Amino acid sequence: MWAFLNKLRSPKWFYTISARLQPWFWAAALILIVTGSVWGLAFAPADYQQGNSFRIIYVHVPAAFLAQSIFVSLAVTGLVFMVWKIKIADMAATVMAPLGAAMTFVALFSGAVWGVPTWGTWWMWDARLTSMLILLFLYLGVIALRGAFASRDSASRAASVLAMVGVINIPIIKYSVDWWYTLHQPATFTVTGRAAMPMEMWLPLLIMVLGFYCFFIALTLMRTRSEILRRESSKRWVRELAEEAN
Amino acid sequence: MAFDTFQEFLAMGGHARYVWSAWGLTAVLLLGAVLHARFERRQLMRQLKRRLRREAHQAGHAGGAQPIPTSRGRSTNEA
Amino acid sequence: MPASEGALGKEEAVVRAEPRGGLAVAVWATLKRDLLLLLRRRSEVLNPLVFFAIVITLFPIGISPDPALLAAIAPGLLWVAALLAALLSLDSLFRADYDDGSLEQLLLTPQPLAMLALAKVAVHWLLTGLPLALMAPVLGIMLALPAGSYLVLAVSLALGSASLSLIGAIGAALTVGLSRGGVLLSLLVLPLYIPVLIFGAGAVQAAIFGDSVLAHLAILGALLALALIFAPLAIAASLRISING
Repeated sequence: MWAFLNKLRSPKWFYTISARLQPWFWAAALILIVTGSVWGLAFAPADYQQGNSFRIIYVHVPAAFLAQSIFVSLAVTGLVFMVWKIKIADMAATVMAPLGAAMTFVALFSGAVWGVPTWGTWWMWDARLTSMLILLFLYLGVIALRGAFASRDSASRAASVLAMVGVINIPIIKYSVDWWYTLHQPATFTVTGRAAMPMEMWLPLLIMVLGFYCFFIALTLMRTRSEILRRESSKRWVRELAEEAN
Repeated sequence: MAFDTFQEFLAMGGHARYVWSAWGLTAVLLLGAVLHARFERRQLMRQLKRRLRREAHQAGHAGGAQPIPTSRGRSTNEA
Repeated sequence: MPASEGALGKEEAVVRAEPRGGLAVAVWATLKRDLLLLLRRRSEVLNPLVFFAIVITLFPIGISPDPALLAAIAPGLLWVAALLAALLSLDSLFRADYDDGSLEQLLLTPQPLAMLALAKVAVHWLLTGLPLALMAPVLGIMLALPAGSYLVLAVSLALGSASLSLIGAIGAALTVGLSRGGVLLSLLVLPLYIPVLIFGAGAVQAAIFGDSVLAHLAILGALLALALIFAPLAIAASLRISING
């Protein structure tokens, strides 16, 4: 474990090893997402109450899961960076945040669009959407804070602190918003609140969720590699790499 | 198959604009992320190669001296 | 000087005596200093209160003077306006000290920065949150707030604004060194304020509808306890980042 952490201190090691891992995750992402999409869009049954708009679940739920997981990753990498001073952690955090914000936006948009045939309105202050909206602001805050500092080290540490503060708040926010919503709404009709989803419906959902996660890992690996090149551009191994690429 | 014809598939039982706008945005963002990442990497490689060429050129002029400090300073501050 | 060691030695000992140090002294000194400085900057203390009053005045003008309508939205309006007023006052929490270098001095003291930061936030709450809480019932009258909720309004705001000061101080510490930190501060802090808002306004509404007020206040108290434990550490870490940046 500690040997692994020590290896992580070397961006070069990470660069080499991620080159080998990347293709697998891209392949997995592609296969899973295509399979899940075709299955969910064309083969899975329509919902009894919501009809075909139910199929939005196959992008809404994976995006929402990713949105939350990525923020947790921001906090974890922030902690690793602050405690063990591992630069890779911060590089990963830098590239993960925009994807997290994008996934939050997808979850918000798909959730809102889903609401039109379901509730008859473009926006609904239900617990899930409201929590997602707050999460989007948290993401924007982390991204903006990182960009506001002139010194990269200060930017990294500030973003790490904010991510950690934010992650503690996420369960509190969810609990508060849930509570607030059930207090103000008589009947809760949650978008995905079904006790038992038939297997023909949740299998493609599971595949899509896995596919999205593989996509996230593959994209993070790729962009972290670019971030390494960017930050370590003065190092010899990077120069040799650039020369070889000729 | 949940649909009998391709037309029915596209129509999504009347919910076409909801399903396709949601799926469409997702596809655009996912693809966009990939394309952006690839473009970013290629751009970085190009910048690196350009800098290598410049430094080799300057080194040649200065008779094999070290590369000019400003370029190194810029590289570590590139956001 | 062996001959005069007796008398002179004692005087030397008195002169050389260390000043009373320790954490309590440092915290008390910080409290007194910040209190004095903030009281001198009268406008900084009054601004949030004036802002609070103005915002509450704007809403009936912008919406409707109908007392029934106002009464329905009064708890939320009062809480949101107070929250925004508190947010406005945060930017100057550390700025003056940052500008004149005394914040750096604070970092160099051997006392734990978290405790000293807590002292500063306490002063901020005493002169911002508490006055807002005390003024709120008066503004509640203007919004036709139903009877029986005025005390809860003040109490919930007093409790809640303490959390707001603590959480907001984290954002203030992160942005104190940035040139356009004010706008960023709002973006950083507002998502974190939402739980306090929900339970604070909820307490007042519970008082109006006869629900359990204590449950809301207890949760506000729990949020404050959490903030008291974690926020000072985050504030100290953020101050170090801003100063060393």
